[in-house]
Amino acid sequence: MSEQNNLKEFTKGIIQYNPLFVLVLGLCPSLAVTTSVKNGVAMGGAATFVLICSNFIISVVRSFIPREIRIPCFIVIIAAFVTMVELLMKAYLPPELNASLGIFIPLIVVNCIIMYRAESFAYKNKPLVSVLDGAGLGLGWTLSLCLVSAIREVLGAGTIFGLKVSESYQPASVMIMAPGAFIALGILLGFFNWRKLRKSEKTMKVYKVSMEHD
Amino acid sequence: MSVSPHIYDGENIPRIMWAVVFSLLPAGIAGTFAFGYYCLSVIFLCCLTSVVTEAGIMFFRKQPVIPTIKDGSAVVTGILLAYTLPPGVSWYVSVIGSFFAIAIVKHSFGGLGNNIWNPALAARAFLQVAYPAAINSDWRIMHHGIGNLVHNITRIDSEGKLMDAITQATPLTKEAGAKIYTLTQLFVGNIPGCIGETSVIALLLGGAYLIYKCYIKWYVPVYYIITMFVMVLVLPQREVTPWANNPFYHIFSGGLFLGAFFMATDMVTSPLTKRGLIIFAIGAGILTALIRFYSGYPEGVCYSILLMNTATPLIDRYTKPRLYGTRRKKG
Repeated sequence: MSEQNNLKEFTKGIIQYNPLFVLVLGLCPSLAVTTSVKNGVAMGGAATFVLICSNFIISVVRSFIPREIRIPCFIVIIAAFVTMVELLMKAYLPPELNASLGIFIPLIVVNCIIMYRAESFAYKNKPLVSVLDGAGLGLGWTLSLCLVSAIREVLGAGTIFGLKVSESYQPASVMIMAPGAFIALGILLGFFNWRKLRKSEKTMKVYKVSMEHD
Repeated sequence: MSVSPHIYDGENIPRIMWAVVFSLLPAGIAGTFAFGYYCLSVIFLCCLTSVVTEAGIMFFRKQPVIPTIKDGSAVVTGILLAYTLPPGVSWYVSVIGSFFAIAIVKHSFGGLGNNIWNPALAARAFLQVAYPAAINSDWRIMHHGIGNLVHNITRIDSEGKLMDAITQATPLTKEAGAKIYTLTQLFVGNIPGCIGETSVIALLLGGAYLIYKCYIKWYVPVYYIITMFVMVLVLPQREVTPWANNPFYHIFSGGLFLGAFFMATDMVTSPLTKRGLIIFAIGAGILTALIRFYSGYPEGVCYSILLMNTATPLIDRYTKPRLYGTRRKKG
């Protein structure tokens, strides 16, 4: 595989196969923890770490995993890394950040992005590209979490990274509550779909949803 | 709207909408009379923001701007939203509420005729969660009423500062020591409340005009209010307020008349058939009573109508009229 292809495996996860806005995967944590940018970055970082490591290990041992029981095998590998991340975060991150991420760190085990990449990419590809793929999708997810959480934090709490945006702004607390998550994510999804539609209309191509490698 | 067959009778959206605006005037005048001129600026600001938002979005969607503004639907939304806000509400609440009503509730779903929820009510529900302080407890009124109808709302101390603010958002407040009003006060609108919801007689005037012009169906408000009336008599009350078992007190206070005449009858978000509308009205009445009696909120009109809006496609589906010439179902 050439250099350029490797790079493509990395960059595709950021825009073309953005987990949140294109694949619409991993919605539960995206809705629940995006109340502040800090949470978004921590959540995205944890998931990216797990994604890269699990992709690598699964890709390395893929020839030993029997096809019939591959899902349980994936889960064992992913769970091992999630446990690591959880213990590391408990040890080194501020307690209030841990408390606000809560159950969603252990739940990375069943995060559909990680399962999806394990099943449809790492199980079929070489270790190096699998790592790049994991890093790309993880970065894409982290960036989209940052975008959602930045919008919600600015509108709902009047802060960004915990810093006050403006003295006179009255925060609309609804945006950091559950309805705000749906409103923000819905509008962003609409915006990205509209952009894609306009782009495909411009180039006179019909937009096709193609699932890669399947 | 009704089910087909349709016949063109010269009516169109602008005529209906401006008639609704006209019919809303008495309630606005009553509100201004009771709470002071500041109400007028709230109403004006809501209308202005609604119209500007609507114009901006229609321009952005590359659709005709001027005819859409002229049809008055944005003005109706602005007025209805203003009527559900507290009289002393801050300007940014009106602006954000109107923007939300038009941009998110109405145009996200495709504009006039396609929205699932009544824009004004959905915006009110949004503001209730977004600015609970401004909506629930910030009932300061900066001016005495022109007619000085609502007494003892504010007391100005010697330095001219606001000393005592009204703490009671609605006559339905369940807290101990809340003031109790007479039925006449409730009927005329001499009570605290949102800008447009207090005066039953003004709302009745506007509603009667709309019914006379056949723009709204009489049975929606009638069934809604009667259901509420019956629920007061039937349901056991959890609270021990002196008015708890007085059905007239319940139906005359809060936003019931505003909701029943002007929001439950919204053509876009209510069912098409007569049977469907009656189910809609009774359902809204039952929900209002349940929310008022058993929830933490004193008022349930807003949420009950929004919930029934959500159920409207389902109601429409099960109340499809029989096709002419097909057999009646047995049973």
